[in-house]
Amino acid sequence: MKEVIAFYPILIDGTITTIILTVLSAILALAISFVVGLSRISKFKIVRVLAIIYLEFFRGSSALVQMFFIYFVLPMWGIYFDALTAGVIAIGCNLGAYGSEVVRGGVLAVGKEQHEASLALNYSPYKRYRHVIIPQAIPVMIPTFGNLLIELLKLTAVASLITISDLTFMAHIIRVQTALTLEPFLVILVIYFIIASILVKIVDIIAKKFSRGRNIMIAGEN
Amino acid sequence: MDNIITFDKVSKSFGELKVLDQLNLEVKDGEKLALIGPSGSGKTTILRILMTLETIDSGFVSVNNEYLWHEKINDKVVPATDKHLQKMRDQIGMVFQQFNLFPHLTAIENVKQPQILVKKKNESEAKEKAEHLFNMIGLSDKIDHYPHQLSGGQQQRVAIARALAMDPKIMLFDEVTSALDPELVDEVLAVLRKLAADSDTTMLTVTHEMNFAQDFADRVLFFDAGQIVESGSPKDLFSNPREERTKSFLRKFI
Repeated sequence: MKEVIAFYPILIDGTITTIILTVLSAILALAISFVVGLSRISKFKIVRVLAIIYLEFFRGSSALVQMFFIYFVLPMWGIYFDALTAGVIAIGCNLGAYGSEVVRGGVLAVGKEQHEASLALNYSPYKRYRHVIIPQAIPVMIPTFGNLLIELLKLTAVASLITISDLTFMAHIIRVQTALTLEPFLVILVIYFIIASILVKIVDIIAKKFSRGRNIMIAGEN
Repeated sequence: MDNIITFDKVSKSFGELKVLDQLNLEVKDGEKLALIGPSGSGKTTILRILMTLETIDSGFVSVNNEYLWHEKINDKVVPATDKHLQKMRDQIGMVFQQFNLFPHLTAIENVKQPQILVKKKNESEAKEKAEHLFNMIGLSDKIDHYPHQLSGGQQQRVAIARALAMDPKIMLFDEVTSALDPELVDEVLAVLRKLAADSDTTMLTVTHEMNFAQDFADRVLFFDAGQIVESGSPKDLFSNPREERTKSFLRKFI
């Protein structure tokens, strides 16, 4: 174990890389979730069809293969990405597909009466979604988004296969250098678990912030 | 006085069910109208058509001398565009049976937000109007409460304030006390009675509260099976109904 701990600088580097990869992929996935999820309920058929194609493509093929495709195949056609960018694109696009279903489900969960009330007040479709429907849909989405975020973190481990020096990559290096197998993987197992726990906590805090109105009581009242 | 609302041979079906059958209806500017009748007789559909929540199958609806569901383009009458509907909607406000307040906003935000987003008022104008209306509905001490912290009657009063804040020419009240516990009905009806007495806004209410209809309305319409069976002043219709169907309906309320 001592030998593994001696490698702490690269473990820290690996942790930082994993966190960067997670955060950037999550931001991309979130943006895609909203764009694709809202496109699914567009009144224009072509927009809905494109969104379904996106969803089925990214959900229906392996994230690892998509990553290989972006990193190894696209350069053959003159499109180059560095490893980190390729990883972020593959993971973000993949989780974005799953996230779009969460956005769609959350938006559809807001009752018809809220649409009617905002229509009666003459909100334009944009204002209706921006100010009435989506703010009510977000608290519904957050727990599922939390689960997807953990999935995303775990998916980043495969990015080591396109040379991104994340935690998993570093564990392999330590294994080769020390000839130990149990210890390096045990250590990163714990680090992944700690990162996941922190993410869960952050999602909880965000959920509290967004549950304004519906379930919370203002302190000291009724 | 001119007619502010006209229904000209309007029909509407939901699948096989014909809810409005060649309906003709005229409402004068400033009139307070109560629609009564058995459930499923099409009363609520009239309000929903006026609020553009429900389309029509045939006929013409006019609001303020303009077609609602149609528009004239080069002297040809064509189905209304979204833009036209949006313009027409501006003149109409509606209060729903289930209040339909925005649960993520406080009571005062519910009243302010539509003024700011739709009427392009600034924060202080919207706030001033909202505070005035909360005073009128007797809820000045609850402005910062969320809807779920208010009783049904209080929520419905906020919903009334929210609709009034938009200064509609026509107000529609769709069974606004039907979802309330009996002890909360009166506080809402009191607000409506006061409104009807003080304001020259045209008001249509669908209600099962006959006493309220009597105080509120200049004219009462009895509806059955998609058609107006009888219409008259509250006094005439409630004490001397002519039609057998009206009589048998009113008997249930005595």
